Amino acid sequence: MSNKHTKRGAGVSRRSLLKGAAGLAGVAAGATAVTGFPAVWAAEEKVLRYLGTAVNQSDDITKKVKADTGITIQNIVATTDDVTKRVATQPNSFDILDTEYFSLKKLVPSGNILAMDAKKIKEFDNITPIFTKGQLPNGKVIGDQGTAPKKVMFLEGEHSTKFSKTPTQWVTLIPTVYNADTLGIRPDLIKRPINSWAELLNPEFKGKAAILDIPSIGIMDAAMVVEATGQYKYPDKGNMTKPEIDMTMKVLTEAKKAGQFRAFWKDFNESVNLMASGETVIQSMWSPAVTAVRTKGIPCIFQPLKEGYRSWASGFCLSKGVTSKQSEWAYEFVNWYLSGWAGAYLNRQGYYAAVLSTAKANMEPYEWAYWMEGKPAEKDIKAPDGSLLEKAGASRDGGSYDDRMGSVACWNAVMDENDYMVRKWNEFIAA
Amino acid sequence: MPKTRALESQGVPGWIQAMPFGLVFGAFFVLPLVFVVIVSFWDYNDYEMLPAFTTRSYTESFEGCLAQLPDLCTMLATYLSTAKFCLIVWALTLAIGFTVAYFLAFYVRSTTTQMVLFLVCTIPFWTSNVIRMISWIPLLGRNGLVNQLLMSTHLVHAPVEWLLYSQFSVALAFVHLFTFFMVAPIFNSMMRIDRRLIEAAYDSGASAWQMLTNVIIPLSKPGIAIGSIFVVTIVMGDYITFSVMGGGQIASAGKIIATRLNALQFPPAAASAVILLCATMVIIGVLNRIVDIRKEL
Repeated sequence: MSNKHTKRGAGVSRRSLLKGAAGLAGVAAGATAVTGFPAVWAAEEKVLRYLGTAVNQSDDITKKVKADTGITIQNIVATTDDVTKRVATQPNSFDILDTEYFSLKKLVPSGNILAMDAKKIKEFDNITPIFTKGQLPNGKVIGDQGTAPKKVMFLEGEHSTKFSKTPTQWVTLIPTVYNADTLGIRPDLIKRPINSWAELLNPEFKGKAAILDIPSIGIMDAAMVVEATGQYKYPDKGNMTKPEIDMTMKVLTEAKKAGQFRAFWKDFNESVNLMASGETVIQSMWSPAVTAVRTKGIPCIFQPLKEGYRSWASGFCLSKGVTSKQSEWAYEFVNWYLSGWAGAYLNRQGYYAAVLSTAKANMEPYEWAYWMEGKPAEKDIKAPDGSLLEKAGASRDGGSYDDRMGSVACWNAVMDENDYMVRKWNEFIAA
Repeated sequence: MPKTRALESQGVPGWIQAMPFGLVFGAFFVLPLVFVVIVSFWDYNDYEMLPAFTTRSYTESFEGCLAQLPDLCTMLATYLSTAKFCLIVWALTLAIGFTVAYFLAFYVRSTTTQMVLFLVCTIPFWTSNVIRMISWIPLLGRNGLVNQLLMSTHLVHAPVEWLLYSQFSVALAFVHLFTFFMVAPIFNSMMRIDRRLIEAAYDSGASAWQMLTNVIIPLSKPGIAIGSIFVVTIVMGDYITFSVMGGGQIASAGKIIATRLNALQFPPAAASAVILLCATMVIIGVLNRIVDIRKEL
């Protein structure tokens, strides 16, 4: 807009200002059209907008992808909840999505994501059978309560919104990363062995325990406690009935009223700070958060428990808005991802890669032995950024891949009674 | 452009002058609010909103509010807790804010010093309020500075737990963050008080206390009311302070909305927002009854 301050011009500029304001109002009214990410780039430049939860979005990976394939990855980082919100409301704001399997019950019916074609994924047959069959590579069947990946891995057809019980060509998410979660503890402050989920609500740790402030995960941790104390055995902890939800929330509410919890944490750093500062000594935690506490020189253990782990997994799919070119690049990116470098990178952070064979080829034998076979470290173990994680001789909490993933009891989930559960969670917070 | 000239010669009518702001206000406040109200009456499932009229979001929000009495339902318990914080924070910010404003307005003689000191009050606002809030955590924690001091002076034998992640820490953070919102309008009101009135009161033999209660407080009422509106509306709608300082364990109206939004349940979140808006408007209505702000300004 011209900025003439002559008397004559003033009226005009004022009027055009109004027009501009009206235009702005129009844009605001059609807010769904605003994606915030202008899709302007040169025809040849390969760019993918990658929406994910930061678990596997790192500068290292972005740089390596660029070097190997020429694809520029634009990371869009959000919390799991926000990723889901974004997929539901702004499917055109990303090209490739990296999200958790339990979100699929919400995402697939929305029709905003595209299934991936297994035939175009080179390493598809080498993806660990945890995803396709719910068992370890050695054939051991693992727990499948909750939204186990095998339940939501395949669709009946390319454009179907129905999950197939048997493997098909159409894959909802090509797995990227997964892990088995348990309680983190401060052994120096607890000073005795911990081996059961029941300890989370043990009055001994009054005012020193914490859980996640994410209803669907918090309630499952509580369910692990309920089962561990022998109060009740759930047919499926990841899909409770209303009376089961009531009962579980009652257990949590009583613990809250008795002052059991120091805090409920919502993000990674909060959980690290709570533990590192000694505000909590036992809490629901994530593996890299435990590592983060340990790198501060504070003892912290990702404690294996006899009732097993609560597991989670995430993977790739496409936005329904991608062009055929973008789709091509996305497949190239996913194939690169499974080809080993990224898998090794994730393994070194304490997560697990979807294709084990290619990851193994990209790791030193001593690294593989430490991270995946549960053996004592032959040399110092370093994080991907080169910082020291463990000194030689240490072994991983929970042991080998087979020990850890083999003890999975349930998976992060969205329940059929999710709406009821969320209401009950608000009631719990208000109690 | 004869038309423009005609307009200018008469002076631009008021409604045109008000139009730009009116449009911004309409587009970015009224319109979204209308959407929120509409959506609050929609149905929903796990992954989308269904544009069909239902009062489900409201009935479920108030679930058990009559049946559970005398036990409080989620909604009542949450609002009671929020109201309690409103009252505590309002009383404290008012007491502190009034005192600071009084000092600035009546004890500091030179206008320059007044302005300098007033600006000093704004310095904390140079950092984000989240940072100001989070800085309390290392101070108040179980092994924080305050506890270290208390322990080393043998005032207590075990760390004081209620300093952090408690109602105390939430109220403390609110008072710290929002007292200035009281100081500014009250200071403004006090500066407009005609000094001759105070002299007259003094000449008529009023004590300092009488001067305060009979002259200064009544004439500062608009400032107090405006400050109160700021503080009350902020505390009512706050989510992050409750969350961070309360360790996620203290209910607030904002938290209910956030939990619902995170579960992709937009209609009940919208309904909660409408309920919050109504509750806040009632409070402001009451304040307006006590002080007619428009008349006083």
